[in-house]
Amino acid sequence: MNSAQRTQTATTAEPQLPLRYAPTIAVDDAAEAGPQRILVLGATSGIAEATCRLWAERGDHLFLVARNADKLNVVAADMRVRGAGYVDTAVVDLDDTTKHAELLAHAVNSLAGLDVAFVALGVLGDARESELNFAEANRILQTNFVSAVSLLTWLGNFCAQRHHGTLAVLSSVAGDRGRKSNYVYGSSKAGLSTFVDGLRNRIDREGVRVLTIKPGPVKTAMTEGMRSSDKFADVETVATSLVKAIGKRAGVVYVPGKWWIIMRVVTLIPEFIFKKLDL
Amino acid sequence: MPFEQQTTPIKPPFESWGRYPAYDATLKPLHWQGDFPAAIAGAISGALPVGMGRSYGDVCLLKEGTLVPTIGMNRLLDFNAETGLLTAEAGITLAQILDFAVPRGYFLPVTPGTKYVTLGGAIANDVHGKNHDVTGSFGNHVPCFELMRSDGTRMLCSQRENPDWFAATIGGMGLTGLITWAQLRLQPIVSRMIDYQGIQFHGIDEFLDLKKQYENVAYTVSWVDCVSTGKNFARGIFMLGDHSKVPSELKTTPKPKLVFPFNAPGFALNRASVSLFNTLFFHKQMKSHVKMLQDYEPFFYPLDKVLHWNRMYGKRGLLQFQYAIPWEHAKEGTEAILKEIAKSGLASFLAVLKTFGDIPSLGMMSFPQAGIMFALDFPIKPNVSFPLMQRLGDMTLEFGGRLYPAKDACMTASQFQAFYPKWQQFSKYKDPALTSSFWERVTGEGTAQ
Repeated sequence: MNSAQRTQTATTAEPQLPLRYAPTIAVDDAAEAGPQRILVLGATSGIAEATCRLWAERGDHLFLVARNADKLNVVAADMRVRGAGYVDTAVVDLDDTTKHAELLAHAVNSLAGLDVAFVALGVLGDARESELNFAEANRILQTNFVSAVSLLTWLGNFCAQRHHGTLAVLSSVAGDRGRKSNYVYGSSKAGLSTFVDGLRNRIDREGVRVLTIKPGPVKTAMTEGMRSSDKFADVETVATSLVKAIGKRAGVVYVPGKWWIIMRVVTLIPEFIFKKLDL
Repeated sequence: MPFEQQTTPIKPPFESWGRYPAYDATLKPLHWQGDFPAAIAGAISGALPVGMGRSYGDVCLLKEGTLVPTIGMNRLLDFNAETGLLTAEAGITLAQILDFAVPRGYFLPVTPGTKYVTLGGAIANDVHGKNHDVTGSFGNHVPCFELMRSDGTRMLCSQRENPDWFAATIGGMGLTGLITWAQLRLQPIVSRMIDYQGIQFHGIDEFLDLKKQYENVAYTVSWVDCVSTGKNFARGIFMLGDHSKVPSELKTTPKPKLVFPFNAPGFALNRASVSLFNTLFFHKQMKSHVKMLQDYEPFFYPLDKVLHWNRMYGKRGLLQFQYAIPWEHAKEGTEAILKEIAKSGLASFLAVLKTFGDIPSLGMMSFPQAGIMFALDFPIKPNVSFPLMQRLGDMTLEFGGRLYPAKDACMTASQFQAFYPKWQQFSKYKDPALTSSFWERVTGEGTAQ
């Protein structure tokens, strides 16, 4: 079976997915009891894994997507043992946007609906290499921006149609202002943040909550070996804030909260000073 | 071993709990099992997988080498709620296991005095607990684990499969390869509470009588005053407990909030302050015999309440001395060593006395052996502490005992090779890419006398 055929079946299957709410009513999800059906894209990222543990402990239903089968298998086993009510996985390289529709349709079928989609895919890339070599810059933009946009387009329309769901998107404080140390990564996250702002503006009125998450530096595998990484936020603390934020009606959330203040200051610095700084 | 202040880096990247010795090293933290060979590829002066750095000396250090911290590799892989058999990646800490297991009605089969150690570290040092007399050491409760060598080969190890590798890795100080995951047989509990009793005693004879009297109690340990002489010589408190059989709520433990915030100045711990502490501690228990119900946290982990308590010993750090002497010479050896310590005038308030039972450890290099075990901390006073440690090591050897590598920073190559006669057999299982500062010190050429 080739992938075009599968995409075909996925598209035709879509209208048969459960319609849980009357289209015109906005529902307060917080009042809803029972396990949440959560799709996690980029489930082996440090922040996603720590967040999934908290969901698993609550008994939520998880569909986990990642590129590496070995890593995904141990993460899925961990979630099962911790108490997730249901765990399914798919090994997919999300850089290939042609597979997205098929994957997402399969995921919502597997979960029998969708309450939360956590878009957590991302690469830090090699900042120095991306300054010199467009191939590296392209790789960063592809994963962090293009792939995320493709996923969110499908998910946004799916949720808007059903007037239900929360899209939680992992962006970064690095997207708030370009800095010489990682502006390619920063611009991929800036593009993502702006896209998500617009998507929220469009589908919030349809009863879909769209959340932009902007973590400061966090101690994970991604930031290993970075300067002063022992001062970074603990991933467990960040995960706890994320689970809270995803349960609330927030639009943009900085974790830890101090980064809201820091980034206000950073964005206020006049350009004629900023361009001389080593940030 | 001389006091190496000159080579001490200002801020070592990875410290052992004693903070002595302190070495520079490259850190390659591990998050995924399969990344191990890549993490240590190209390591010039060797590599060593490490956990939480709770061992005291240099078994978890490698001077100028590559350390591979494993705490990022901490996933639960399987749990059988009927049998209590838990499978987890080796970087998980015992604290994390307790957070998972206690609400489900299970407890660790054996626990050391801190819960901030990894599963892999507990196996690699074959740690023991207050219940050694009745359950043996940690390795006795590990049905199997997977060992990954530096070349990427994986071996399932148990008493049936690869039994020689199983025996070499338990107590193998992380030198046989990386333990990727392990199984642990948990014990059922119905309550967090411990039926606790504390009984004052004077002298080793009284201690041994108490031990005999309560030989059916699971957990026994004693605190001993090593400063007092004369009629208070070897006074102490015999503490015993067992899991309460009365069902009560099985909550998880809240995270500790107290952190010892700074390095205490070198003079903070002196004979006067420790003597005062010991007298207060001895008489804190007003009656000579108390009985109470106590939560498991203060019973098993009294010091875990204050994170970084080792800072109390200041920047120089501390030395620990821990021996196990077989019954034959246990009493005379312990009395002689206690006298030697009191005579030295080096203060120490963390002195622990207990007995080891007959259940043999499964590890080739395991520390526990039936007899008396004694442990205490010393502050580092270069001209006094090191010669004393040397003397105490020789006395231990004389009485047929051995010292504990996980607690040691001072034993010489000749002492080690006498304590652990199987070391040459063990070295056949050592991974060629792995080593530790401890191993280099106690097997290094030219150091054996």
